[in-house]
Amino acid sequence: MNILTKRKIRNKVALSLSVFAAVIGLFWLFFILWDVFRHGMSFITMDLFTKDPVPPGFQGGGLRNAFVGQILITLVAMVIGIPFGILGGTFLSEYGRHSRLGRFISTLSDIMVSVPSIVIGTFVYAIMVKPIGHFNGWAGGVALAIIMIPVVIRTTEDMMSLVPWSLREAAFALGAPYYKVITQVVYRGAATGIFTGILLSIARVAGETAPLLFTSFNNSFFTTNLSESTPSLTVTIFQYAMGPYDDWHGMAWAAALVITVAILLVTVAGRLLIKWRYRS
Amino acid sequence: MSNQNVTDYKDKLFRVVTFGAALVVLVVIVGIFASLVEQSLPAIRKFGFFRFLTTPTWDPVHEVFGAASSLYGTIVTTVLAMIIAIPVSIGIAIFMTELCPNFLKGAMGTAIELLAAIPSIIYGMWGLFTLAPIMGNTVEPFLQHTIGKVPYLGSLFSGTPLGIDILTASTVLSIMIIPFMASIARDTFTLTPQVLRESAYGIGATRWEVIRNVVLPYSKGGVFGGMVIAMGRALGETMAVAFVLGNKHQIAHSLLDASATITVTLANEFTEADSNMYMASLFYLALILFVMSFLTLAAAKFILKERAKS
Repeated sequence: MNILTKRKIRNKVALSLSVFAAVIGLFWLFFILWDVFRHGMSFITMDLFTKDPVPPGFQGGGLRNAFVGQILITLVAMVIGIPFGILGGTFLSEYGRHSRLGRFISTLSDIMVSVPSIVIGTFVYAIMVKPIGHFNGWAGGVALAIIMIPVVIRTTEDMMSLVPWSLREAAFALGAPYYKVITQVVYRGAATGIFTGILLSIARVAGETAPLLFTSFNNSFFTTNLSESTPSLTVTIFQYAMGPYDDWHGMAWAAALVITVAILLVTVAGRLLIKWRYRS
Repeated sequence: MSNQNVTDYKDKLFRVVTFGAALVVLVVIVGIFASLVEQSLPAIRKFGFFRFLTTPTWDPVHEVFGAASSLYGTIVTTVLAMIIAIPVSIGIAIFMTELCPNFLKGAMGTAIELLAAIPSIIYGMWGLFTLAPIMGNTVEPFLQHTIGKVPYLGSLFSGTPLGIDILTASTVLSIMIIPFMASIARDTFTLTPQVLRESAYGIGATRWEVIRNVVLPYSKGGVFGGMVIAMGRALGETMAVAFVLGNKHQIAHSLLDASATITVTLANEFTEADSNMYMASLFYLALILFVMSFLTLAAAKFILKERAKS
């Protein structure tokens, strides 16, 4: 066998392996999605959204409490996380872009994005659950907000840095002060990008379970009072899937399907928005 | 007050407000570290640092706690997940940058992004109900009958295959980090200048030779940094492993044994800890995990920054 055929064969083998790797990646995606869909679909009923859980052993019931709790906790996270994230990102891309502290905080945010979410759960437990004496929904919201802030900060910073510097200079030349330039020129230019960042950060925190385990905990009753323990879809999935009842497993699959579909839709929407905005 | 002063004042105010918001990140990180240290003080005093790290006992009844078993589980599952994920994700990245026809590129990118967006609890639950039975009934007996017969290597696959074990947990973990690593590797591969590739093709290199000798060397720093970030994430992943690892505190020698990671211990025992020392030891574990992943991620950032400079 001459060297040329050898090289050709080696080329074929290596490239086939890489195609194989891609097939494996896609295989997992479809396997998981299909499985969630297959198991969850038969348990999606009106009752799931409109009724509260019944004690194990009884027929029927739903997860209304968990849906409402999840929405409330996520809303708290958004109300705290979005303003801090946008304002913080503004500082990093505008006032602090050349300062060492600004660069440092930007790097820290990047690290924070990947810090284990369960550690944030223990931290919030120490500052918001232990002193009060019981689990509460506010703590869950704060834990999610802490995860959300660095995500929003980094996307806001990136999106604002994409706004051409000449636009700012044009506004300065008209005599506008910096804060006016930021709020009326830079924010407008970066709006779609920042909005997408927010969407993606919501998708990110809506699927978080670990930080809620020790903060909002769980509750099998309907509640809108965030100062008591508050149910969430993800913690309910954890509890139900680990539980011994078939009914529970079915409900867990249904909840998993709802949350997966919601998160994937938001992710796709965010991706389309970015594509549409930055087409060129 | 003149108009100019009002404007100056507003500008300063806006600057201070945004600065305060940015400072929150720093405050939170310092706050996490400080409060974890404070909460774990009783355990730090009682068990020390090196003794805590090297004691494999985790005995809530007699209040003897050591991190070795959880730490062992964390490191073994992470390393195994990396071993599975690295070749697959580099393969995916090669496919996406060098082989994939253009019309498929977008779809492939979306698919990888979706895989990354699926919440970790879904991975965990799917692992428990779908993957664990497959592993326990088919894959693990098969491994025992093949690799299990090889001397030395075989002991890694001893024991009864139940599906709830280190191997299954690492597999789920690897599926979780593959999309992340693949997209970082893809982004770095595309940075290779087209001229470099074309000059290699020009002297008659095959596609694989171009990848092997031009693209990979050019992007190795970036890919390595990405791998380290993925490792930092894998260390702290909770829900994907909580379902399928079994939370058993032991230094398991077989990959088919149940184990516990720091995250799984926290998830399962934090709300059940009934004594102060138990609680403090759990906080101590959280502190170790925080420092470990923080240092890993900081190292990755440093690697990527050095690379960007050169």
